[in-house]
Amino acid sequence: MDWLTLGQMLNTTLVFSTALIFAALGGIFSERSGVVNIGLEGLMMFGAFAAAVGGYYAQDAGYETMAPWIGVLCAMAVGVIGALIHAVASITFKADQTISGTVINFLAAGSTLYLVKLLFEGAGETPLIDGFSKYPIPVLSKIPVIGPGLFNNYPTTYLAIILVIVVYFLLFKTPFGLRLRAVGEHPSAADTLGVNVNRMRYVGVMLSGMFAGIGGATITLTTTGTFAHNTISGQGFIAIAAMIFGKWNPLGAFGAAVFFGFSQAIRNYVQLFGWSQSIPQEFIYMIPYVLTIIVLVSAVGRSSAPSALGQPYDPSKR
Amino acid sequence: MNKLKKIFATDSYIVPLVAIILGFLVGAAVMLIGGYDPIAAYGALFKRVFGSAYDFGEAIREMTPLMLTGLSVAFAFRSGMFNIGADGQVLIGMTAASVIGIKLAGLPTFLLVPLAVIGAGLFGGMWAGIAGYLKAKRGINEVITTIMLNWVALYLANYIVRTFLLIPGQNRSEDIPASMWLTFLNSIFDNARLHWGTVIALAAAVFFYIYLWKTKQGFEMRAVGLNSHAAEYAGMNVSRNVMKSMFIAGVFAGLAGAGEVLGVFHYQSVFAGSPGYGFDGIAVALLGLTHPFGVILAAILYGMLTYGSAGMSFNADVPPELIRIVIGSIIFFIAAQGIVRWVLKPFYFKRKKEKVL
Repeated sequence: MDWLTLGQMLNTTLVFSTALIFAALGGIFSERSGVVNIGLEGLMMFGAFAAAVGGYYAQDAGYETMAPWIGVLCAMAVGVIGALIHAVASITFKADQTISGTVINFLAAGSTLYLVKLLFEGAGETPLIDGFSKYPIPVLSKIPVIGPGLFNNYPTTYLAIILVIVVYFLLFKTPFGLRLRAVGEHPSAADTLGVNVNRMRYVGVMLSGMFAGIGGATITLTTTGTFAHNTISGQGFIAIAAMIFGKWNPLGAFGAAVFFGFSQAIRNYVQLFGWSQSIPQEFIYMIPYVLTIIVLVSAVGRSSAPSALGQPYDPSKR
Repeated sequence: MNKLKKIFATDSYIVPLVAIILGFLVGAAVMLIGGYDPIAAYGALFKRVFGSAYDFGEAIREMTPLMLTGLSVAFAFRSGMFNIGADGQVLIGMTAASVIGIKLAGLPTFLLVPLAVIGAGLFGGMWAGIAGYLKAKRGINEVITTIMLNWVALYLANYIVRTFLLIPGQNRSEDIPASMWLTFLNSIFDNARLHWGTVIALAAAVFFYIYLWKTKQGFEMRAVGLNSHAAEYAGMNVSRNVMKSMFIAGVFAGLAGAGEVLGVFHYQSVFAGSPGYGFDGIAVALLGLTHPFGVILAAILYGMLTYGSAGMSFNADVPPELIRIVIGSIIFFIAAQGIVRWVLKPFYFKRKKEKVL
């Protein structure tokens, strides 16, 4: 293993982590406000689909350079609309949050593929589009190993890392964050102090749709270039795991997402380094998942979810 | 008071029924927007399921694993656990059945078949038991462990199939001996791949019902599910119940795996990704309101819709993915019963007025 490949590995890790970072941040918004979001997978699917379609039509209309960003905007909008279904069911109609999250996954899988076939004459996937290209940061990208690893990346990756810090400050250093967390920890206390519980929860869930939507968009716009039935296959669930692993904290979730990104990146290097001769590839694929369990058992211990997570707020019961 | 109770009693089936109708209407609306004919599409769907003996048998084949994974998720739910891991448990069950079927092929059939079925259930149960143990003893969130265990199961199953059971040059295992095939009534159904797994699934539902509502252990399990702190205060062993319930949930899923190997495919493939049994099971469990008999009905509906959807694309040119919108909407309306009650409100008003007069 030489230093060049190490830099590349760092780079690939970040590429694979980006979508997970966005989706996990989204999950944090929703769950910190007290609404379980098992629908991240579906919301990512909405985003990936909207980015592919929006990007395609923007390209078609001649806005080549802007197309990926238009795709991201479409993904944000569609993610919010998808999340709104979850919010209406689980907050206004007090449906079981797990169930309405599962509904999102179903509606997303159904409607995106239905629309793809409708829009592109029965095709199973969207036409290939040019996504983002890598943007080397001047000067910094010239640093050996770290430069090509960290500072020659997709704009979405930089955005994800910036947003981790922004979300952290938003959650823990602003009145908005305090209210959002209060609503998830002790809704009746928050209500007494004049916080509109349901409105805060709507905001939390819709932000989660927006972030998960961008997460899905990064997959079509950086790695696949199209949207098909298997574009999002389990990343939403991995993002949930990253969120729980990171203890509902943006920084923790970031660490966990990078860890899972690394696990996906490592597959690309198994053959490259000739490891597949000595260790069966399946065991290498397994490492991150087994390691997650081991880390949880040995170090992290009892994970502490927001205490009102999963409970619809009923003012008459306080 | 009694009249009020009656209204609530009828609710228990009226709400799901109305939810199903509303789900179909949403599907029809989506089809109309897309320029398709919903009547032709739904006609093609039902014709596909009921059109021939073969298709009807295959539809039942489709329902069988859904019943078991649905029961698995529902059983865990009843004791307060969210089992996202039925997928992995099915895979482990499949692998156990394949290994036993292929490696012990010399044994007499009356030993080999029960061994494979019980082995699949047992290993499925132990696989889920890992998550149950970690939850009970270490307080580790079962959502995260079951997701992780799904992936580990996928790769473990692929490793075992690839290393020990593979036909050289192909991506699948050898066949299990033909004497093991759990075929069932398939001459009546024109060689549809019906198998005894369906009967096992129905028996599992009955076991689920009797165990949870007619035994002391089941009572404890439900108590833990409703309020684990109260159950602990009442002197119940919460962690033992958590482990036991995950184990039983895993057994259900493992049996689904046995059914797929022995009854349907007779071999095991190397999977490129998650086969999705467990995620369908979550939907079925929720559709069935986590009651065993509800789960069976939900699996019948779900299996019918997914199997029939292929006919929809074939005869009415409607993308089969539409059916997921229908299923999703049905679950949505069942979950958000407030909407259904709102739709039904005018009818309730009428009835109440009649009673006053």
